[in-house]
Amino acid sequence: MSAPFLSIRNLGVAFTGGTRPVRAVNDVSLDVGQGEAVALIGESGSGKSVTMRAIMRLNPEKRTRLQGSIDLDGRDILKMTPRELRALRGAQAAMIFQEPLLALDPVYSLGDQIVETIRRHEPISREAARARALELFERVRIPSAKSRLDNYPHEMSGGMRQRAMIALALSCRPKLLLADEPTTALDATVQIQVLLLLRELQRDLGLSIIFVTHDIGAAVEVADRIAVMYAGQIVEQGTARDLIRSPRHPYTLGLLKSRADGAMVKGARLEAIPGAPPDLANLPDGCPFAPRCFLAEDACHTGRIEMQQIGATHQARCRKLAQTLDMHAAQ
Amino acid sequence: MFGYTLQRIIYTAPVLLGVAVVCFALVHISPGDPLISILPADASVELQDRLRVLYGFDRSYPEQFILWLGRALQGDLGTSIASGRPVTTEVMRAVSNTLMLAAVATVIGFVLGCFFGFVAGYFSNSPLDKAASAAAVFGVSVPHYWLGMVLVIIFSAQLGWLPAAGAGPGGSSGWKFDMEHLSYMVLPALTMSVIPMGIIARTVRALVAEILAQEFVIGLRARGLSELGVFLHVVKNAAPTALAVMGVQLGYLLGGSILIETVFSWPGTGMLLNSAIFQRDLPLLQGTILVLALFFVVLNLAVDVLQSALDPRIKR
Repeated sequence: MSAPFLSIRNLGVAFTGGTRPVRAVNDVSLDVGQGEAVALIGESGSGKSVTMRAIMRLNPEKRTRLQGSIDLDGRDILKMTPRELRALRGAQAAMIFQEPLLALDPVYSLGDQIVETIRRHEPISREAARARALELFERVRIPSAKSRLDNYPHEMSGGMRQRAMIALALSCRPKLLLADEPTTALDATVQIQVLLLLRELQRDLGLSIIFVTHDIGAAVEVADRIAVMYAGQIVEQGTARDLIRSPRHPYTLGLLKSRADGAMVKGARLEAIPGAPPDLANLPDGCPFAPRCFLAEDACHTGRIEMQQIGATHQARCRKLAQTLDMHAAQ
Repeated sequence: MFGYTLQRIIYTAPVLLGVAVVCFALVHISPGDPLISILPADASVELQDRLRVLYGFDRSYPEQFILWLGRALQGDLGTSIASGRPVTTEVMRAVSNTLMLAAVATVIGFVLGCFFGFVAGYFSNSPLDKAASAAAVFGVSVPHYWLGMVLVIIFSAQLGWLPAAGAGPGGSSGWKFDMEHLSYMVLPALTMSVIPMGIIARTVRALVAEILAQEFVIGLRARGLSELGVFLHVVKNAAPTALAVMGVQLGYLLGGSILIETVFSWPGTGMLLNSAIFQRDLPLLQGTILVLALFFVVLNLAVDVLQSALDPRIKR
């Protein structure tokens, strides 16, 4: 197997400036192959978005401490100069944000923002860039694309804005697309349309996608592989099938049980994971999930928990994997 | 765009009418007889009555108002009681002098204010921000007549570089754009610019800090824009509000800073108002205030239209 397109090794992100550094991401390693879609799931504050922004080095430089390496196509992003970074952003890697109304400049029309981005990276005329912007709008299926190019973000509906944001992200034909909760701000019917669009674009254009969400259903819909994050660590990763059929980390088990959709029986209690995530400025020793874990024993509260290989594509960071396997066997 | 402009123009009509009513009412709200000041103390009752008829003060208020408004619409604001010259001539001469001074002062204030504001906003909470913010607070809070006098002491009395007062040779009506006349403008314009400078700097600092904290700035960086590219986006986002503040400031300065024009004997509206008040010259006072109010309304109209051109979120 050749080297993966994107290879994150032992990434650590800490924010300084407070009384204690906030360790938002700890020892994250993740590979994304060419044309592969990987979903990062986890609750708010688990480090999903921080990991995404670290890939483009978008966290505030002065207050952020980065460790490890992020190799994209053989070059370490963490060692890039500002000039190399600007050439990377938008051209090789592009990002879609959760709320396009906030992530687009409100006083420039969408056509102008796309043209600006294209011309930033490629020496082509305004007319040619405009023509490509029109193609992109048609590609993401925005109705009456030509007149919509002159729209400002506030003049579009939520779903259309997100399509326009996707068109903007694709404007320089990036190879890696980072989608930071692209459907969270949309209503349910529009969510599915946008997910299907992303899936289609990924197949047609051979994009590698990292897709951050806290919606497991959306992750299964789009991703080949899923990585579950908790307190800045990846606690379990594997193919979508591995994770849904046989989750092995107690946190993943809890997440799947706490889903409110699917075959919910009226009157049945919704199972929640007790407790709250740890303070990232004051992480406990041992497994960060141990205080909330129903399987935790004394050993879980000390030392470093290593990633365990379960199957060819399946890994989890837990010392009680034997017990979770028994649970599957019992069912 | 055109429809919006037209709509804004129509909206100004009731404002203008209100302005006219207030200006007219000034004469009658203020105590005392406006004729006393020009008549000798021993004037006969017949003479007083004749003058009252001459100035139209014997008619009913609505009648007087309609007559006054009708003449004002034709550009006739009456005759100055003190000088005997038409109010329109006096006001227009003063307005043109003030307009020049105010425009120059606003441009200086806007440029400096934006500079300090952007520096402070971009490097917020750094020593650079502290220094720029201190300059802004100084501009807003220093007494301007005092600053004017200090500048006169330094640059006119001590160093002898610039003239201390007046509008140069030719007085109030002989203005030319040459070095000699401009040298008379430097000190009053600088003194006047300190007010808008401080206010614009503080507004721009808050604006820039707020814009930089928005997510779309990360979005812009994520597209590979350079810091200069991001800066241009920040400028366009800050421009509508900054321009609105500048428009309002220009409006205030057009009213002529009475204190600054008096300190520098600048023959503008401020000085005209000052003398009209002291001489109880009510037609002149009425006319000056009306013209200034008109300017204010027109200026706000211009700012509204300009803002809508810059910020698409303001309904066209």
